[in-house]
Amino acid sequence: MSVELFGTSFNPWVDAAIRLQLVVGFMTVVVMGLIYAERKILARFHQRVGPQKTGPRGLLQSVADAVKLVGKEDLRPAAADPWTFELAPYFVFIPIFLGFVIVPWVQGWNVRLLELGILYFVAISSISIVGWVMAGWGSDNRYAIIGALRAAAQGISYELPLVLALLSAAMLAGSLQLDKIVEFQSAVPLIVWQPLGFFIFFVAALAELNRTPFDIPVGESEIVGGPFVEYSGIRWSMFFLAEYAGMLIMAFVGSSVFLGGYSWPFGEDFGLPFQMLLAAGKGGLFIFLIFWVRASVPRLRIDQLMGYSWKILLPFSFLQILINGFVLVYGLPHIILLITGVLSLGLLFWVTEGIVQRPLEPRRRRARPTIVQEAEVS
Amino acid sequence: MVEVLSQTSDRSAEFETQDLLLNVGPQHPSTHGVFRMVMTVDGEVVRDVIPYIGYLHRGAEKLCETMDFRQGIGFMDRTEYLAAFNAELSYVMAVEALADLEVPERAQWIRMILSELNRLSSHFMFLGAFGVDTGVFGTPFIYAWREREALIDLFEEVSGDRMMYAYFRPGGVAWDVPVNFVDRVKEVLISSAQGIDDFDSLLSENEIFLARTQGVGSISAERAIALGMSGPSLRASGVDMDIRRDEPYLKYDQVEWDVITGEHGDVFDRYYCRVLEMRESIKIISQCLDRLAPGPILPEKMPRMLRTPPGEVYLRTEAPRGEYGVYMVSKGGNRPYRCKVRSSCLSNLQALHELTVGEYVADAIIILGSIDIVLSEVDR
Repeated sequence: MSVELFGTSFNPWVDAAIRLQLVVGFMTVVVMGLIYAERKILARFHQRVGPQKTGPRGLLQSVADAVKLVGKEDLRPAAADPWTFELAPYFVFIPIFLGFVIVPWVQGWNVRLLELGILYFVAISSISIVGWVMAGWGSDNRYAIIGALRAAAQGISYELPLVLALLSAAMLAGSLQLDKIVEFQSAVPLIVWQPLGFFIFFVAALAELNRTPFDIPVGESEIVGGPFVEYSGIRWSMFFLAEYAGMLIMAFVGSSVFLGGYSWPFGEDFGLPFQMLLAAGKGGLFIFLIFWVRASVPRLRIDQLMGYSWKILLPFSFLQILINGFVLVYGLPHIILLITGVLSLGLLFWVTEGIVQRPLEPRRRRARPTIVQEAEVS
Repeated sequence: MVEVLSQTSDRSAEFETQDLLLNVGPQHPSTHGVFRMVMTVDGEVVRDVIPYIGYLHRGAEKLCETMDFRQGIGFMDRTEYLAAFNAELSYVMAVEALADLEVPERAQWIRMILSELNRLSSHFMFLGAFGVDTGVFGTPFIYAWREREALIDLFEEVSGDRMMYAYFRPGGVAWDVPVNFVDRVKEVLISSAQGIDDFDSLLSENEIFLARTQGVGSISAERAIALGMSGPSLRASGVDMDIRRDEPYLKYDQVEWDVITGEHGDVFDRYYCRVLEMRESIKIISQCLDRLAPGPILPEKMPRMLRTPPGEVYLRTEAPRGEYGVYMVSKGGNRPYRCKVRSSCLSNLQALHELTVGEYVADAIIILGSIDIVLSEVDR
């Protein structure tokens, strides 16, 4: 048994190793580009210039950062648990990069198209939460412990809506294999039939990635970086790299499942270069949305975060699955999916208004201060 | 059997968790300077807060006693570096009350314009820092900085310094404002009004911001008064008190403006009172600009070295953070015998314990931010 790669036959294991190596190597470079892009884009939102001194237009900023980080001393607090502390970055870093296995970049370009691709992705990416908890626990720092516990609670809560949203898309496509889902969307992307599912996926993805408004475990203004507060140098940069790699993979999975990946529109007719453009464009759009959200919304509080997941996102993702089930079992036209999807999305926004409040607290919305007219001055 | 029972009862004791002692500060991104609070947290809920102050104590009050009245202005700048004009104002007005000096009209209008402009810049600083406390990555901070930069450029044109102005002098102001002052202020007012609108759409109408701030850290009017709070933090609780209106100094009784009060005394009201207050400041300044007429800026007979007769005076003004009072005793001569600053930040900080206990850790940060302290004014 052998597999064809670059016109040569390989043992399947060797082949998979080479492919994964290529993807990881390439993605590391892309991630560095992503860091530069985030700095530039956020700078635009802030009306700043962003990096500009390192290389032309600051293009080499990520390289300079990497060199600086590698050169830094790898500090470990005296009271830290050595094994937990030192191993934690790997537990965050490796699962996220293993997630790249199932992504269908363009037609025929992939590491392995697993039949249970979505299941594999969800399972492997949730391992990184273990790394967060290890980092927090091993650092012997109270901010880190609080951050780690927050990360665990948040990761577990948002895993469920994420899985269910992906599952509801897979129901329609009839497969958990990502390239089949992508090819299913060659006519109409799934976001049209699953607007609610896409919204839930996007929100849960933000939470999974610990991005604003769900950056509670990191909470730079409260717990000063959470689990990473004691890390420095190369270990810290591994966390950093993993964060952006996670964003990248989430963007590609999201665009494959909901936006039609490389296949919509006309991806299969125009060949590889056009498909690359589509994949990169959709992934980029997804990532830009994440940056945009980061620049404009405040952070939620932990109880609001949990409440939002369990009280709103989870029931609504069940609702989406229920609707899909009805449509599929009774063979109803797909337009019903669109209508119910939009309606239930509206319902979700409406319910959100009421529920993301502290329990047992009277609801006080837009209680604007009143203006007292100037009193008579004697 | 008995052992099993006793084991279960032991287990309930086993689940009792220990409170965590969390040290926030003095080096922490959200303490707005060098402020330290030791929080006892039970999971995410704050059970106790012990504030520690004094990291920035420089003995400004004591140093004032060794300097003559003109030199003391510099120390007042440094107690309240975000609203130095307002701090200077209290000091020079106290000196004027002691020395019985009459301040010319033009100087009074200039003082009023600059104090209100400084209120704007100080509140912009609050808005930016508060936005960062609530967790927006940098955007409100940079927006606030942009507006504050325009204001500070103007202050630099007037006084020659961006932070420690030392421009108000006993009897008037140090020198006249630049010739294009009125036009420049009008320019800045337009950009500031735009900046406030930006903040309204960025924060005040944001659902997450409202969910985070409304109903958090409430304090009743009675408790706020009892703790000696003042300024917007007090008015947010519904207390209708503003020294500019109640004890009019400068020319505040000659302009049209409103006092802003809140209703709930929560974090959102403290935030929004300030936003509305900035709009009022803009109203005040534009009226002052119309009234600014040419004239002298210092009294006719100003002694080279100012000496005051013996006496004592307490003079308070409405600074951006509340009542900024100066208690001054003179035993004759050219320097104060005692100069005590009544700091609004220190009094407002008294409420921290009451506001924070029982709230979440994340809320403790925004509550501290909403009181809007300047540590150099707390410690002096």
